[in-house]
Amino acid sequence: MAQLDTRGKLAILADAAKYDASCASSGTSKRSSAGKEKGIGSTEGMGICHAYAPDGRCISLLKILLTNSCIFDCHYCINRKSSNVRRARFSAEEVVNLTLSFYRRNYIEGLFLSSGIINTPNYTMEQLVEVARSLREDHQFRGYIHLKTIPDADPELVRQAGLHADRVSINVELPTVGGLKRLAPEKSADRIDGAMREMKTSIEDGHDARKKYRAAPKFAPAGQSTQMIVGADSANDGDIVTKASTLYDRFGLRRVYYSAFSPIPDASAILPLKRPPLMREHRLYQSDWLMRFYGFQPKEVVAATDADGMLPLDIDPKLAWALKFRETFPVDVNLAPRELLLRVPGLGVKAVNSIIVSRRWRALRLDDVGRLTVSIAKVRPFISATDWRPVTLTDRADLKTHIVPKKEQLELFAA
Amino acid sequence: MRVATLASEDDFDGWRAAARTLALAQVAPHDVVWQVGERPADLFGDEASPDAAPGAFSVPRPFVDLARTALCHRDPERFALLYTLLIRVRAQQGLLDDRADPLVQRIELMAKDVRRDMHKMRAFVRFRELAVDGGETRYVAWFEPDNHIVRINADFFARRFATMHWSILTPGLSVHWDGTALAFAPGARKTDAPDGDPLEEMWKTYYAAIFNPARVKVGAMTKEMPRKYWKNMPETALIPDLLAGAQKRESGMIETAHADIGDNARAAWEALAGEAAGCTRCPLYGPATQTVFGEGPVDARLMFVGEQPGDQEDIAGRPFVGPAGQLFDRAIAAAGIDRTQVYVTNAVKHFKFEERGRRRIHAKPGAPEIDACRWWIDQERVLVRPAVTVALGVTAARSLLGKVVTISGTRGKPITLPDGGEAWITVHPSYLLRLPDKVQAEEEYARFVEDLKVAQARVTATA
Repeated sequence: MAQLDTRGKLAILADAAKYDASCASSGTSKRSSAGKEKGIGSTEGMGICHAYAPDGRCISLLKILLTNSCIFDCHYCINRKSSNVRRARFSAEEVVNLTLSFYRRNYIEGLFLSSGIINTPNYTMEQLVEVARSLREDHQFRGYIHLKTIPDADPELVRQAGLHADRVSINVELPTVGGLKRLAPEKSADRIDGAMREMKTSIEDGHDARKKYRAAPKFAPAGQSTQMIVGADSANDGDIVTKASTLYDRFGLRRVYYSAFSPIPDASAILPLKRPPLMREHRLYQSDWLMRFYGFQPKEVVAATDADGMLPLDIDPKLAWALKFRETFPVDVNLAPRELLLRVPGLGVKAVNSIIVSRRWRALRLDDVGRLTVSIAKVRPFISATDWRPVTLTDRADLKTHIVPKKEQLELFAA
Repeated sequence: MRVATLASEDDFDGWRAAARTLALAQVAPHDVVWQVGERPADLFGDEASPDAAPGAFSVPRPFVDLARTALCHRDPERFALLYTLLIRVRAQQGLLDDRADPLVQRIELMAKDVRRDMHKMRAFVRFRELAVDGGETRYVAWFEPDNHIVRINADFFARRFATMHWSILTPGLSVHWDGTALAFAPGARKTDAPDGDPLEEMWKTYYAAIFNPARVKVGAMTKEMPRKYWKNMPETALIPDLLAGAQKRESGMIETAHADIGDNARAAWEALAGEAAGCTRCPLYGPATQTVFGEGPVDARLMFVGEQPGDQEDIAGRPFVGPAGQLFDRAIAAAGIDRTQVYVTNAVKHFKFEERGRRRIHAKPGAPEIDACRWWIDQERVLVRPAVTVALGVTAARSLLGKVVTISGTRGKPITLPDGGEAWITVHPSYLLRLPDKVQAEEEYARFVEDLKVAQARVTATA
C-alpha cells in the first residue's frame, strides 16, 4: 500500500473520530492574543460553530484521532482490533501544524484529540499530551483543546493533560454494565468510573489552588464530559436519564453526550444493526436540558416516559410531562413562581425571564405573552393571563391532538 | 422638522450626540429625519442645529448597550426607533425591563439579529493566505454580512488573530489589521480577495470525512448554516455530493455487516443472551425467576415466537417446555418439522403471573411489556434472520408487527416484515389446551398443524 500523505491520514483519522458527538468549545476561561508577541488564538465563553456537516453536527474543533490502531476490540467501534479499516498514524508535529493552519484560516476554534490505544495506555496518553504541550508551549496556542484521556493511564500523565487542555473526557460508552460487558469486553465500568472520579478530584483541587494562589495553573477549566451510545444496548430512556443524572452528580460532569448508535463500515457481528431513530437522541438531549436548566428531577423525567420506559418520539418530554400532570396547570403568568413557569411547555428559560421582569410593569395579557415567546399556540392551553383562562382545555381527553404539531413540522431535525 | 446627519451606517457616537442634543431640546421623535452621509436633505428639514439647551442627562447602561448593538441593524428606521425609545426611557425608568412593550421588543429583536449576524461572521469568515511583497503573509477574507457589523465585530478578530496580518473585505466596509491597529476602509468587491488557498483541499477532506452518512439531518444543518452563507465557504461545495452518496453508503454498511455476520453469529447470540439475563427494561424481572431467552440454531430459517414463558419455563429457564410446549412439540413433529432446526423464542422474556395462594397463575402481558421486550426480539431477528417467522397468538403478532391484529383477520396469509422476512400468524398452543369441547379441540389442532405445514412449505419454497 502506498505511503499515506498528511491528507490521506486526515481522511482516515477524521473519519475514525466522527462517532464522538462532542464538539463543544464553550465554557472555558477567557484568553486573548491581544498585545502578545507570539502565538495565536482566543477563547471567550461562547463557543463558535465554524461549520455544520450535513449530519447536522457542529464543526468547531478539528476532531481527529492520533491513530486509529487499537489493541481493544469494542464491537461498536470502527477502530476495533478486528476491523478491516485502513490504519494510519499522525505524528505529533503533523497534528500541531494542521491545527495551527486550520486555525489561522478561521476554520476551527481548536483541537479535539483522541486516540486508539497503542502499546500501552501510558504510551498513548504520552503521545496525546505531547501534542497539547507542543501547541501550548512551543506555539503559544490559546485556542481550545479537548483531550480524551485513557482510563488506565498514569495519574501524572492525566494531570499534564488537564494542565494543557480546556476540557478532558472519558467515555462511559454504554449506559448499562451489561451492555459494556457485551460490546466492550476489555473495558471495565469500574475503571471508567474510577478515572472520572480522579478527574473530578483533580479539577476540584485545581479550583481550590486557584482560590489560594492566583498564579496556580488552571486545570481543565471547561471541566470534564462523557458520552453514551444510545440504542446499542438494552437500556431504555428511563435508564439512560437516570444514569446521566448519576454521572452529573457523582463526577461533576459539564456535559453528558448521547450518540445514537450508528452503523459503521465493517461492523462487528455482535453489534445490533437496527439503529434507533435519531429523534430518540434528540429527546434525550431535551430531557437532559430539563434536568440541567428547568429544575426537573430525574424521576420526573422518568415519569414522562411511556409505560415501556421510552420517551415519546412525537412530542417533547416537557409536553409529555405536562400532559401527564395536568393538575399543575394552568399556570398564572402574572403570579406563578419561576419554577412553575419553567414547567410550561413552549416557555424557554429566556421567555420565563422576560415574563418575570415584564410582569413588574404590567399585568400580562395573552398578547403580551405572545410577544415574549416563540409560539403562543403551544403555550396557551397551559397558562392563564388577565384576559385568558383555558377553562376546558386541560380537561380534554384529546388535548394532545390539539397541541402535537403536524407531522411535517414535527421532523425538526429530519432531512 | 430637524435633520440629523450621521457619518456612517454604524455611527453610534454621531447618533448619540445628535440624540442627546435633540432630546435636550425636547424635539419629538416624529419631528426628526435621520440620514447617513451627504444624501440630499429632506425638503422640509432644517439642520439639527447645535443650539441645544445646555445640560446633560444619563440613561441606564443597558440602554446604551442595546442601542449600540441595534444601531448596526440594516433597518433604515433604526435611528428613529432608538430615538423614540430614548425619549420613552427618560420618561419611564425601567422601561427596558418591560419586554412585552412592542417597541422594546422590536428593538430587542433588532439587537438579536445583529448579535446573530456577528456570531455568524465570526464563524463563517474564511481567510485565504496571500503572499505579499517582502515575503510577508497576509490573510484575506471576503464576507457579506446582513447588517453593519464590521466595525463592532473587528475587535474579536484582533484578539484572536493578533499576531497575524489580516483583512476582511465586505461590500460596505473593509477592515485591516497590521499586528498593532485596526484600519477601516471603504467596501470592496469579491474579486479584490484571493480566490483560493491551497489548504482548502485539506479542509474539504476534513469536512467530508467528519460527516456521518448514516445520520443525515439537512434541516439541522441549514438552520444554523443558512444557504446565504454558503457561497463564501469552500467546504459547502461538497454538500450536494455528500448527500447524494449518503443513502448508498449507509445501506452499503448495513449490507456488508449482514453479509459478514457469518461465524460470529453464535458468539454474538451468546453475548446477547448474557446481556438479556440482566434485563430490567420492564418491571417483570422483579418477581420472575429468570430471563427465558430464545433457543435454537442461529442460522435457523424458521422462527417461532410465543407469548411469554410459563411457570415451568420460568423455573427451567428454557422456552416451550411446559404443557403448551409439549403440545407444540407434538404439532411440529406432525407437520414434519425438525425441532432441532428451528429457533423458538417468546415476545416477552419474563414470566408474568398473579399469585393465588401458592400457585402462580399466568397473566397476559400488556402492551408496555411487549414493547419493552421488543428490543430483544429485534436483536434475535437481526442475528438469526429467519426466512419465515410464525407468530403464535396475538401477543406474538403484536410484537412482530408492532400493532394489534386479530388471529381471524390475519391467519393463513403471508405478511412481509420490514427486514424482508415473511410472517405467518396462527393460534398459541395454550389456546388448544383450553378448548373444553373435544371435537372442536381436535379440529383446531388439525388446523394448527396445517398452518405449521404451510410455514414449513414456505421455508422450502424460499430456499
